[in-house]
Amino acid sequence: MTPKPPGGFIARDWSQHPPALTPPYKTSVKRSPSNALLSFPTSMGEETSPIFGHAMLGDLDNDLIHNFAAPGESAIGPRIIVYGRVTDETGRGVPGALVEFWQANAGGRYRHKKEGYIAPLDPNFGGCGRLITDENGGYEFRTVQPGPYPWPNGMNDWRPAHIHFSVIGHAFAQRLITQMYFEGDPLISRCPIVATIGSQEAIGRLVAPLDMARTIPMDARAYKFDIVLRGRRQSVFENRPEGM
Amino acid sequence: MVQPLDYLKETPSQTAGPYVHIGCTPNFSGIEGVFDTDLGASMKTGPVKGQEITVRGTVFDGTGTPLRDAMIEIWQADADGLFPSANETRGTADPNFTGWGRSAGDMATGEFVFDTVKPGRVPFHDGRLQAPHATFWIVARGINIGLHTRMYFADEEAANAEDPILTRIEHQNRVPTLLAKSEGADVYRFDIHLQGPHETIFFDI
Ligand SMILES: [Fe+3]
Repeated sequence: MTPKPPGGFIARDWSQHPPALTPPYKTSVKRSPSNALLSFPTSMGEETSPIFGHAMLGDLDNDLIHNFAAPGESAIGPRIIVYGRVTDETGRGVPGALVEFWQANAGGRYRHKKEGYIAPLDPNFGGCGRLITDENGGYEFRTVQPGPYPWPNGMNDWRPAHIHFSVIGHAFAQRLITQMYFEGDPLISRCPIVATIGSQEAIGRLVAPLDMARTIPMDARAYKFDIVLRGRRQSVFENRPEGM
Repeated sequence: MVQPLDYLKETPSQTAGPYVHIGCTPNFSGIEGVFDTDLGASMKTGPVKGQEITVRGTVFDGTGTPLRDAMIEIWQADADGLFPSANETRGTADPNFTGWGRSAGDMATGEFVFDTVKPGRVPFHDGRLQAPHATFWIVARGINIGLHTRMYFADEEAANAEDPILTRIEHQNRVPTLLAKSEGADVYRFDIHLQGPHETIFFDI
C-alpha cells in the first residue's frame, strides 16, 4: 500500500475554548453568533496558509524594550524574556510560524487613541513585536512586564497582566489569537475574560511559569509560554480518492 | 489503566480585545516606525492574473451596530484556484498574488476593503469542485474565538448550485448570508452579521 498525503485537521476540541456567548464578559452578548457552527471536512483553503519569510523582519522586531525607543534609551519596566515553542497537537514543532504580540506598558497603559486609563504612556514603549519561529518551532522575545489595568465591564474589573498573541501556522485551520498570563498573578482568578474558558486546566495552559534557569543574570527574568496549534491527521490508511 | 494517547491540547483562544490593531496593524493604529508596513495591507506585489476585484463590507453586531474595532482577514486561491502557500502541491500560484489580506476597517465607519482577484475553483477533499470563494476570519473585542466564514459570489449561480458545502447547508434560506453581491463592475459587497435575523453562517474548521 502506498502512503497517501496527510489528511485534514483533527477536529477542533471546543471544550478547550471559550464559548461565543459568555454574559459576564458583557461585550460578548451582542457579538456572539447564536446559530450552531457549520462543520465540514477541511480542504485546501483550510490546509494552507500564507508564506512569511525572515527577510521581512527588522532587527528589533522581537525586542519591545528597544523597537520604539529613542536611540540609546529603553522602555521602563521589569525586563523579561518570553520564550517557548509552537507545536501542533501531535507535538511536532511548527517552524516558520508568524507570531505577533502586543501589550500594555509597565504601568498598564496601551499606546492607542481609544485608551483612557490614567496611567502614563512610556515615550520609549510602542507595545508591538513579531517573529518567525525557528526550525523547531522555537521562539524568544524581549519586553517589559506589562502592568494590570482596569476596564469597563463590571464596576471594578481589572485585567491580569497579559501579552496578546496572534499565530499564523501552516494552515488557516490553525489560526489562533490568545493571551499569555503570568504565574502568581492574583487577578487571573478574578478576570471575566479569563473565566470565559470553562476549564481550570485549560486556563492553566495560558499561564507562563517563571523560568529562573533561562533568566539572564543582572538583566532579565524569563517566562516560558508554549503554544499548541491544531494538528493534522496521519492518514496512511485513510480513505481518500486517488490523485488528491 | 491504559496507555495514554500522547496528544497535546490546543492552546485556548482568548479575545483579541480592543487593541488588536496595535499588534497586527500598528501603522494603522498610529504606532509608526516599528514595522515598515502593516502585513496584509496589499494582496498584490505586481501585475496579477485574472479578474481584479474590490470587496467591501461591514461587520455588524446583534443590534445592527457596525464594529469599529474588528480585524478581518481573507485567505483565498488565485485566479487559477492555486494557493500561494508552502502546502500547495498542485502547482505554482501566481507569484504576484499573496492570497492573504488583513483589514482593520475604516476608523469611522468600520468598513473593510480588500483589493484582490476573483478566486478560481478549488477541489473539495473528495475531488468535487467548489464554487469560487474566499475564507474570512473575524476577531474583535467580545469575540472569544475567531470566527471563520466563507464569501461566495452571488453571480456564480451555476458553480454555487453544485458547491459541496453550499448544497449541504440545512437552512438554505441562510445561504445568501455567504454571498457577495455585485455593486458595479468588479466591486462586491460582503457584509457580516454576528447575530440577529441576518446572522452569517460561521464555520467549524
Ligand atoms: Fe489587553
